[in-house]
Amino acid sequence: MSAIIQANPAAAPSDAAPEKELRPPSYWPFVVPALVVVIAIIIFPWVFTIWMSLNEWKVGSPTSFVGLSNYLRLTSDPRFLEAVGHTMVYTVLSVLLPLVLGTLAAVVFHQKFAGRGFLRALFIMPMMATPVAIALVWTMMFHPQLGVLNYLLSLVGIPSQLWVFHPATVIPSLVLVETWQWTPLVMLIVLGGLAAIPAEPYESAQIDGASFWQVFRFITLPLIMPFLFIAGMIRMIDAVKSFDIIFAITQGGPGSASETINIYLYSVAFTYYDLGYGSAIAVVFFLLIVALAAVMLYMRQRMLWTEIASGA
Amino acid sequence: MNPGQINLRQIIGRIGLWLAVFVIVSPAILFFLWMASLSLKFEVDNAAYPPVFIPERFAWKNYADVLASNRFLTYFVNSLIVTGSATLLALVVGVPAGYGIARMAAHKSAIVILIARITPGLSYLIPLFLMFQWLGLLGTLVPQVIIHLVVTVPIVIWIMIGYFETTPMELEEAALIDGATRWQVFRHVALPIARPGIAVAFILAVIFSWNNFVFGIVLAGRETRTLPVAVYNMISFDQLSWGPLAAAALIVTFPVLLLTVFAQRQIVAGLTAGAVKGG
Repeated sequence: MSAIIQANPAAAPSDAAPEKELRPPSYWPFVVPALVVVIAIIIFPWVFTIWMSLNEWKVGSPTSFVGLSNYLRLTSDPRFLEAVGHTMVYTVLSVLLPLVLGTLAAVVFHQKFAGRGFLRALFIMPMMATPVAIALVWTMMFHPQLGVLNYLLSLVGIPSQLWVFHPATVIPSLVLVETWQWTPLVMLIVLGGLAAIPAEPYESAQIDGASFWQVFRFITLPLIMPFLFIAGMIRMIDAVKSFDIIFAITQGGPGSASETINIYLYSVAFTYYDLGYGSAIAVVFFLLIVALAAVMLYMRQRMLWTEIASGA
Repeated sequence: MNPGQINLRQIIGRIGLWLAVFVIVSPAILFFLWMASLSLKFEVDNAAYPPVFIPERFAWKNYADVLASNRFLTYFVNSLIVTGSATLLALVVGVPAGYGIARMAAHKSAIVILIARITPGLSYLIPLFLMFQWLGLLGTLVPQVIIHLVVTVPIVIWIMIGYFETTPMELEEAALIDGATRWQVFRHVALPIARPGIAVAFILAVIFSWNNFVFGIVLAGRETRTLPVAVYNMISFDQLSWGPLAAAALIVTFPVLLLTVFAQRQIVAGLTAGAVKGG
């Protein structure tokens, strides 16, 4: 008896062991092909970019290791610093405007009305359409003499603008395109948030006779805050990197009035073929995006704590 | 409060709602209508002030000219090859990967996808451009197919992880107990159930690859341009003929607009899933 009892616990682990070895690794073959691709096209380029950024690397001339001097050069490159400023202005506007308009649009699309699905499809067309094709039509619409936008302004008595053809109005004009294009994404995310809100708070607010604005301010807004935050984060990442619209409409002009970091990176790397310096810009640019995301996360955390502290 | 009052309030509410819907949707609708209008007008009408919205004569020849120009067909085929190959390859490697990651619950691996999402496309271009140059691939479509994987692979993996996490495990476990291999379970149990998820991944990968512009302007030569790059090159070429330009722009983006209307449900599901998980 005792021999059998003793034998059993000994047998059990030895039975289980090969099974344990067999099962968990057996999902690996599913992942390996993708892993190879990801290493080749995402991780390898990153490692190589960092290496290049430490070298003087121009197409057609020999390369040499220069340490951090490409990074030092950035700190005193007026064109780069100017581009950082343009990127910040462009990003802040391109996050805030779609957030506000997208939230309003979501509140409307949350209502029930005939043809809602079809109208929603029309509404999201700007963000799915080919950016270059859209940029081309916006360029025509911005035309100071023949463009339809100045005609529309003249109908309401506003004088003609130079839009993307003047340094002072070029960034706001580009933000107009970006906002038109990406408000739908904010709308979709917030709409998802609205769908998740339970009906009870609204019912009790209605009984209490709350106004539409009060309901929005004190019930809807706090409940969709997490979704607004996510939308803001995604918008920030995309706005900082915005390329197609700016490149196709202004190429950073007039002069360098709309040259963002991404546009400057393009000209350094593929107009001047200064690949080492371009790589340094790419690395700093990436770190800047990560830093911005971290700041947003931190602010969100702070907001949560103050909400809890104030008992809301 | 009598019933008449409630009715009036409801009617005003309805009118307000429709007004709001109209205001919200009109920028999108008017833009695309204006795009169509530009593409169907002769130069006289496109240069008219005040602008002509619906011309007396439609310039269908704008479309005919674009379609008849000998290179347009080449660029269209290029776009089909690049988007088609990049999407199919991404599905072949990405769907199993999404399955594996979801079943292993290896959520940390998704960080790579996140990094890919944050990285500006241009940063991939610098090292890969050199690679392609060394490998002597630059005159062909291969570099563009490979670099479009940067767009399509993360989309597919991301959406498939999310999808396989929601599909039930019970059937798969039963099949394993019956002696099926992991591959058989994936092939005959998991994959059929995941078909709607694959459709979402396919549609989004196709759209974002089709629309991509930045990779093409660096990697494409005269013969290897995709449609967005071809349209961009028409701008500098044809500054003053708006009709054919707008027609070309509309032709390029028309497949995507059509897909948006007919596959709206999948697109919305894919974008919001990615978005909510992306935070």
